[in-house]
Amino acid sequence: MGRYVARRLLQMIPVFIGSTLLIFLMMYVLPGDPVRTAMGDQQFDPAIVASIKKDLGLDQPVLLQYWHYMTNLVQGDFGTQISSGREISDVISEAFPVTLRLTLFAFTFVTLVGLGLGIVAGLKPDTLRDRGLLLLTLVLVSMPSFVLGILLQWVALEYGGDTFKATVTDSTNFSELLLPATVLAALSLAYVARLTRTSVAENLRADYMRTAVAKGLPRRRIIGVHLMRNSMIPVVTFLGIEIGNLMTGAIVTESIFNVRGVGIEIYEALLRREGATVVGIASLIVLIYLATSLIVDLLYAVLDPRIRYA
Amino acid sequence: MPDKTVEKVTTATGEPAPAVVAPDSGPGAAKARSLWSDAWHDLRRNPLFLISAVLIVFLLVMAAWPSLFTSASPRDADLANHFREAPHWGNFFSPEWLGYDLQGRSVYARIVYGARASIMVGVGVTVCVTIIGTVVGMIAGYFGGWLDAVLSRVTDVFLGIPFILGALVVLNAFDQRSVWVVIMALAFLGWTQIARVARGAVITIKQADYVVAARALGASTYRIMFKHILPNALAPIIVVATIALGGYIAAEATLSFLGVGLTEPTVSWGGDVNSGRADLRVAPHTLIVPSVMVSITVLSFLMFGDAVRNALDPKLR
Repeated sequence: MGRYVARRLLQMIPVFIGSTLLIFLMMYVLPGDPVRTAMGDQQFDPAIVASIKKDLGLDQPVLLQYWHYMTNLVQGDFGTQISSGREISDVISEAFPVTLRLTLFAFTFVTLVGLGLGIVAGLKPDTLRDRGLLLLTLVLVSMPSFVLGILLQWVALEYGGDTFKATVTDSTNFSELLLPATVLAALSLAYVARLTRTSVAENLRADYMRTAVAKGLPRRRIIGVHLMRNSMIPVVTFLGIEIGNLMTGAIVTESIFNVRGVGIEIYEALLRREGATVVGIASLIVLIYLATSLIVDLLYAVLDPRIRYA
Repeated sequence: MPDKTVEKVTTATGEPAPAVVAPDSGPGAAKARSLWSDAWHDLRRNPLFLISAVLIVFLLVMAAWPSLFTSASPRDADLANHFREAPHWGNFFSPEWLGYDLQGRSVYARIVYGARASIMVGVGVTVCVTIIGTVVGMIAGYFGGWLDAVLSRVTDVFLGIPFILGALVVLNAFDQRSVWVVIMALAFLGWTQIARVARGAVITIKQADYVVAARALGASTYRIMFKHILPNALAPIIVVATIALGGYIAAEATLSFLGVGLTEPTVSWGGDVNSGRADLRVAPHTLIVPSVMVSITVLSFLMFGDAVRNALDPKLR
């Protein structure tokens, strides 16, 4: 087990370096200049632009810039934003909790409602309620989050009154986060419901289920322990990977509902072509993504004792 | 069985999914043919497939010949029509059917002409991704060793970058974003999924008896890869590709909505939603109509993909 974790952690290093390098290269190699963008439309002296770029180290070769950036990042220095002069670590520490709250809210929603719907449908496959769930998930999956967001926003504006707000002003207020969390959760929720439904329906026909029934176990125990423990394995994998996806999905959701989280920060930094901010936040997201996938793989062993890590 | 002839005919007319490949040579042919014709047999009886196929044909016609559906131009702006609402009933398919937008352009004409960009991006990205992913996956799976290790790590690296985030970074670098730029950007980031599926399929098939036999008979690597392995690895690849198609259409609309997708003069649904955002309260129809259109399109392709998967994946029967 310890060796397995160590090997996985070692394997994560090249992937982390590769992903951040790729984002870094895309930010710096593709056209676009943060200093020019910060100057806006006003007249400028090319010499001043050049000297600012020299001060910021933007005139060096890209790989060298990446090296400097990474050595600073490892020491906890994210750098400063060019246009606002703010420390990027400040920006992140302000915005990150907001996104985390939104993501966790949505994740709870996905887990509770997705699993619930999936189990309800999976226990009675091919009945009316099963078909109904399939239809509902199909509709949810086919609505990109901005479509659902706009529709809910419109409904909230027209009929919401004071309970449902179309934009978020206070991200610590859970009732304001309700709509963005719903929108963020919708897609994952549909997938989780479908996956749970398939898994439950499949395991319902398994031999051990028949054995459990034949032994005369109470129904609660058969479903709650025998069926659930086996059906949950693929669902848990999916849920773990979804945490990372929810965090990136937050880019769209946050910009619809004006939630001041990392999604909006990264989007605005992109428009200003500020590489350091984009790469900093992106590295954080990549790191979370890698960490959750490791945790999921370790959870396998807990859920399924047949799996052993060498 | 009458199916054989039916399948031949539809192959000729080019019904997309089941007719992509009906391999007719090599030791795997008998099995392969039964898989594809079986799938087609299944599909014809699946109401979801029929509904989605009709919708897709409709959308394809709309994308190819938008002027069949409306006489109005999507770029004709008449400020006299600024935010004019739709007449209550009737007037179907006339330019004022769904009202007018901020600049007095017909919303109906805009959604008709917007179909082309969506469909082109969806199909274009899927084709590119399938080709790149299949090539990478086949090379990694077939040759194994260090080549596989390198290609798998590269796949991991691309997979580590969240899709929408990567697309935002790439597309933001371009000032004018045509359909082709968007296709290239999405394909650049999206090939990993197919590569993984193709690699897995090739590794399984590589050990099959017919491949060993072909090698024993002295078949060249090229022949083994393209005549024996590829036709048999195609089913899972096609399943993933058809399901992904709807997702790419949704991704394009989302990016256009965020303002980093297609730019004017390309008419795009996502872009129309974006430009109408500030007027959600005044003129909701300018946003809701293209939003619903995106959903219908994604829905048709997803249903299509679902039906194809159910037909091609024997485990799900």
